Amino acid sequence: MKLFRMFGRNVRDAFKSVTRNFSLSIASISCISITLIVVGLSLIISFNVDNFTRTIKKDVTVVVFLEQDTTKEELESIQKEIAGFDNVESIKIKTKEESKKEMMAESEVFEATMETWPEEDNPLRDSYLIKVERIEDIGDTADKIRKIDKVEVVDYGEEMVERLVGAFKLVEKITIVIVAILIIVTVFLIVNTIKLTIFSRKREISIMRLVGASNLTIKIPFVIEGMIIGAIGSIIPIIISIYGYVAFYEEFDGQLFSALIKLVPPEPFIYLIAIAILVIGVIVGMFGSGRAVRKYLKV
Amino acid sequence: MDLINIKHVNKVYKNGVTAIYDLSLKIKKGDFVFVIGGSGSGKSTLIKMLYREERPTSGEIILGGLNVARLRNSKVYKLRRKLGIVFQDYRLLPKLTVYENVAFALEVIGAKKEEIKTKTLKAIDLVGLKAKTRTYPTELSGGEQQRVAIARAIVNNPKLLICDEPTGNLDPDMSREIVKVLDNINKEVGTTIIMATHDREIVNEMKKHVIALKDGRLVKDYEKGTYDNEIV
Repeated sequence: MKLFRMFGRNVRDAFKSVTRNFSLSIASISCISITLIVVGLSLIISFNVDNFTRTIKKDVTVVVFLEQDTTKEELESIQKEIAGFDNVESIKIKTKEESKKEMMAESEVFEATMETWPEEDNPLRDSYLIKVERIEDIGDTADKIRKIDKVEVVDYGEEMVERLVGAFKLVEKITIVIVAILIIVTVFLIVNTIKLTIFSRKREISIMRLVGASNLTIKIPFVIEGMIIGAIGSIIPIIISIYGYVAFYEEFDGQLFSALIKLVPPEPFIYLIAIAILVIGVIVGMFGSGRAVRKYLKV
Repeated sequence: MDLINIKHVNKVYKNGVTAIYDLSLKIKKGDFVFVIGGSGSGKSTLIKMLYREERPTSGEIILGGLNVARLRNSKVYKLRRKLGIVFQDYRLLPKLTVYENVAFALEVIGAKKEEIKTKTLKAIDLVGLKAKTRTYPTELSGGEQQRVAIARAIVNNPKLLICDEPTGNLDPDMSREIVKVLDNINKEVGTTIIMATHDREIVNEMKKHVIALKDGRLVKDYEKGTYDNEIV
């Protein structure tokens, strides 16, 4: 009951303090807002990058063509060998007969030519379609397959995939670094702005300590004040993230440059981002003010 | 019974100045004690150590069962709730009324609303400011402001009231008034009072327990003492 009573008083005091020190609060709020806009943007980017990587992983297939004179037995034994490699998720045989049928179905020109081919004289090759577990190691796996006897060509569109994966990883790393730096800078700024509001209430704090208020009692209103500032500071970033992302998604029809790179659908994605922004804002505000008030609780 | 027991306390400040040398003394419950001495005598340091603003470098201070010298920062509030403290500069909050200033002491320790109301009004009545409950400190005289500070100090029924030069900013008439208020609290409520002062007339008039310090040493401890010229 006592805790509840104190809590109500603390929340009231915190709101009073936010409005009383309005110009200082505005400084903290805008500072949090700017950080959170970048944090939101970075979150959106890194989730999308994650999504790209996952879809590409699903799509990328290593195609292995075998030499013309490979027998059925060899076809099966090589399949077993490749299936034993640690990065290979699945391997499927596509015989030359299957390839022929597929090609004939694809176009009329192929159909007309290929129809004249006798059944036993098929110039196409037997092949494997291989999916890998870790796309980062796809190059090594391809090299390993290339060394197998009877393997003629290994193809996975290496340049494209490698470049994309490399670029995505870089983008992800950069966003993480930027977010980390910004959050640290903001905590410092919040610590300083709240220190100013606390400085103006130094007398009050010293009297509170004098008449027997516990450190927690003194600290809580400031921590709540920081949380309120953090929550208010997250409003604009949330609006920008939600409307910005929806507009971006619609503008590009949900894909970037090619059908290969698909954007994360806005719902429920943006709501998760909004919650993340709010939570980060509140935590940063809370942490900053908690640190700022600590100095005045000694003596 | 002893409320305060000070055993072999030394205090050396960080800059090397020794403020208190091997001080031992006892103060009984319900006592009214004047701590006298000139500037640099160590009386302020002694007072500050009692409410744990300063810690003794060595020795023990036992106050109502609490070892004040060993009290951790986060536990200081436990001591302060047993004490009332009054300063020369009143330390009131200018934006709060007399009532709010006194109630503040109970609010921050989480007292109930009804309890705050009865105790606050009682304390204000005890210092004789019933008519000024809704006034702001800036509209009061120095003596009245000090009475508000006393009301705030006693509102939580402390065992001990510590006054650090409470009459330092007041003229002799007002000073006498303040001491009368304190004497009244001491007699009616039984609160132990320790008052640091260098006001010769008041000490001589009141004939109370006097502790005299000089250069950080206890020079006199009289049951019914006066302010002698020799110690200043």
